[in-house]
Amino acid sequence: MSGRSRFRRRQRAFRWVTLSLLLAFFALPLLGMLEFTTQGRGGEGRTLDTWRTLADVSTVSLEYPALREGFLASVGLGVVTPLVMLVLLVPTMTWVRLRLPGLSRTVEFICLLPLTVPAIVLVVGLTPIYAWVYYLVGSSTLWLSLAYVILVLPYAYRALDAGLRAIDVRTLAEAARSLGAGWATVMWRVILPNLRTAVLSASFLSVALVLGEFTIASLFSKKNLQVAMFELGKSDAKVSVAVGLAALVFGFLVLFAMSFVGSRAAGPSRFSRFRRSRKETPA
Amino acid sequence: MPFFAYTTVFLLIPTLVVVIGAFLDGDNRPTLGNVEGLTQPSVVRGLTQSLILSAVTSVGGAVIGGVLAYAVSTAREGSVTRRFFSSLCGVLAQFGGVALAFAFIASFSAQGLLSVLLGRVGLVTGGGLWLYEWDKGLMLVYLYFQIPLMLIVFLPAVEGLRPQWREATETLGGTTWTYWRRVAAPILFPSFVGATLLLFTNAFSAYSTAKALVPQANPLLPLQIGGALSSEVILGQENLGKAMALAMVVVVALVMTLYAWIDKRASRWMTR
Repeated sequence: MSGRSRFRRRQRAFRWVTLSLLLAFFALPLLGMLEFTTQGRGGEGRTLDTWRTLADVSTVSLEYPALREGFLASVGLGVVTPLVMLVLLVPTMTWVRLRLPGLSRTVEFICLLPLTVPAIVLVVGLTPIYAWVYYLVGSSTLWLSLAYVILVLPYAYRALDAGLRAIDVRTLAEAARSLGAGWATVMWRVILPNLRTAVLSASFLSVALVLGEFTIASLFSKKNLQVAMFELGKSDAKVSVAVGLAALVFGFLVLFAMSFVGSRAAGPSRFSRFRRSRKETPA
Repeated sequence: MPFFAYTTVFLLIPTLVVVIGAFLDGDNRPTLGNVEGLTQPSVVRGLTQSLILSAVTSVGGAVIGGVLAYAVSTAREGSVTRRFFSSLCGVLAQFGGVALAFAFIASFSAQGLLSVLLGRVGLVTGGGLWLYEWDKGLMLVYLYFQIPLMLIVFLPAVEGLRPQWREATETLGGTTWTYWRRVAAPILFPSFVGATLLLFTNAFSAYSTAKALVPQANPLLPLQIGGALSSEVILGQENLGKAMALAMVVVVALVMTLYAWIDKRASRWMTR
């Protein structure tokens, strides 16, 4: 028994030493950012001027129009990309599962292909395609989401595939069909609600990826948040570092909050509730 | 189906454009000139430096990140420690790019926090110029997103280690060393190699961090491709870009094939 507790103690000590060391490694550059943004003029004293400027929306949009433009573009892209991704993937993956299981390897291959095609390579290949996109529908930044959908495919596919694996799509669909539901109803009111968690995590991954995307936007000379930040870095270092820090903290908070939401919705509790209610129904 | 139409237009055709374009000259005649262009000293240097940078940061990141993943896995499931580290690593691994480069530039600027701190213990950072060299600063910054990525990729594998296995080893008279040497290491090894390969492709295809850190120089292959794309001065440069892109795809595809093979072996132990 004492060996067990000694082992526990050693393990805890190891954990705290490792985690503290790496936390210091992760935290120092971020603190460096914070420190840099609060430096007074000439590196002396402390001032919150940078953050005060950033918190004042009207000043930001007046003095840093590029930042405002990039931010709005990123928000727009963060809305459009997950939507297109879901519209494209959910029906296809469900349909393949129901009717064309032979195609599942092909779909998987296509979805995982972007992992072997780096974004920078995709830019090279997409240049002629985007010449057509601009020609046909105009050159709005929002059209970048067409390329972003490709970037998020592997991550979204994995999340949705895990979700589809966990439910019995065929039985659910057949039950709904035998009760007279059309395919639209089956998708919207039977499959989607059951995929809630998977859809949510796929969308969040896409949003995170879109907000952090730089390569494609920069090489197509479009302004999203990251590109605006990069360009601002040349003229006003403090504000750009502050924006970078704010973006990182925001991303962390979203992921941290998600880790609570996701586990509660996906945990075993829901499944056991489902089982219990099924047992109760015949009685 | 719309899915196939979409992926054809935005994924398959671009890939073909790169593959075919690598073998076409400025007038769309077939040529091997672009591929021969890959032997230019600057391109070779970019490719080698990219490979070295990716190899070093993936192995370093995998080892440090692996230890971190194990340390995190000993915390209770659902504990704040675990959530905190997974979220932090998620942000640093996937969100970063430009912001991470800024973090290091700010910290190592003349009055920056880390320069001051290191200066106090007697380490002179020399104005932070080393930060912009590919085999010093870039490696440090790359590690800064490789270690977190390792945690994300490797955590499920170490979570798959069951306490019963350790107990069984102890019952049979094995020490902690026996457990690690004979049980845990063989089980984790395929996942570890797989994760390292994933880290390699991640570093190899990264563009934004390097671009933000060294906007002018082109020490790495992705930066050179970006440079070839945005410079319209030299004719035929665009198709050299395609040849470089093809070289990247070949490297990444090789690594990913190896990864897929190893992943199949690793997943044998991952049914939880």
